[in-house]
Amino acid sequence: MQENEQSLKDIQHIKTMMERSSRFISLSGLSGIAAGICAIIGAAVSYDYVMGYKDFIINPAADSGSELELLYNNRLFWIAAATFTGALVSAFIFTWLKSKKQGIPMWGNLAYRLLINVSVPLLAGGIFLFRLIHFGTFGLVAPGCLIFYGLALVNASKYTLNEIRYLGYLQVLLGIINLWFTGWGIYFWAAGFGVLHIVYGTYMWYKYERN
Amino acid sequence: MINPIENLNKVFDSRVRLGIMSALMVNDEVSFNELKVLLDITDGNLASHLKALEESGAIKVQKGFIGRKTNTTYMATKAGEKSFRAHLEALEKMIKGTK
Repeated sequence: MQENEQSLKDIQHIKTMMERSSRFISLSGLSGIAAGICAIIGAAVSYDYVMGYKDFIINPAADSGSELELLYNNRLFWIAAATFTGALVSAFIFTWLKSKKQGIPMWGNLAYRLLINVSVPLLAGGIFLFRLIHFGTFGLVAPGCLIFYGLALVNASKYTLNEIRYLGYLQVLLGIINLWFTGWGIYFWAAGFGVLHIVYGTYMWYKYERN
Repeated sequence: MINPIENLNKVFDSRVRLGIMSALMVNDEVSFNELKVLLDITDGNLASHLKALEESGAIKVQKGFIGRKTNTTYMATKAGEKSFRAHLEALEKMIKGTK
């Protein structure tokens, strides 16, 4: 009977180790908090332009020939780009610091696999949203961001800390609700990319890195 | 009836070694530091278990560099994978047998 229990424990241990060893565990909660703060700053800076209090066209005289020129002439595009870069860089720094502390090299197979699995849904989403803007359906941009980002997280959660999956579900849910409140995009966007990131980052940090 | 305990491999008779083998079964290669974090044990403890597994032929070692730091990675050998699977089956049989 005791041997039986021992074997069962061994098998459970084996299962845990197989799962844990195939995941990227250096992802830091502080990365989430930093990305969330960047998102809220981004939303605050773009608020007046999104709500139409200020014009987001940089040079009204410019002859907007191509789609790309149209994008470059838009303040919101540059705010979004800066927000995204800021979030990515700060998230990278904290995860890099954590991996250094753990003594695990950051660029292993696991990191590579995680990156691929985040990037595919995000890139597809990015192109999709680019076309949406082209057709003038601005109201769907914020829900689209949230849904595609959420799906990217759900997809990537198999290769990193499992809690990321639930963050993904919440982002998708928020995006879907936003589809029926299209004028409120910036609030939903700030709630998803800002508040949810900060709450989740704090939770993850508390659970894994507090000591 | 054959005693299933006979199929249990003495080499894997430790939590740490089971953990090492599990990690190597699902990854092509795992570094020393990754194993250390995964199993949450000291350098010396891990090294001695790795040595034992290496000597039994279950794993092989590859020494490399990341920048100037040494980076030692481990892989399961074909024989190691085979005997680990047999060990798993024996564990399963024991559970089923005593039910």
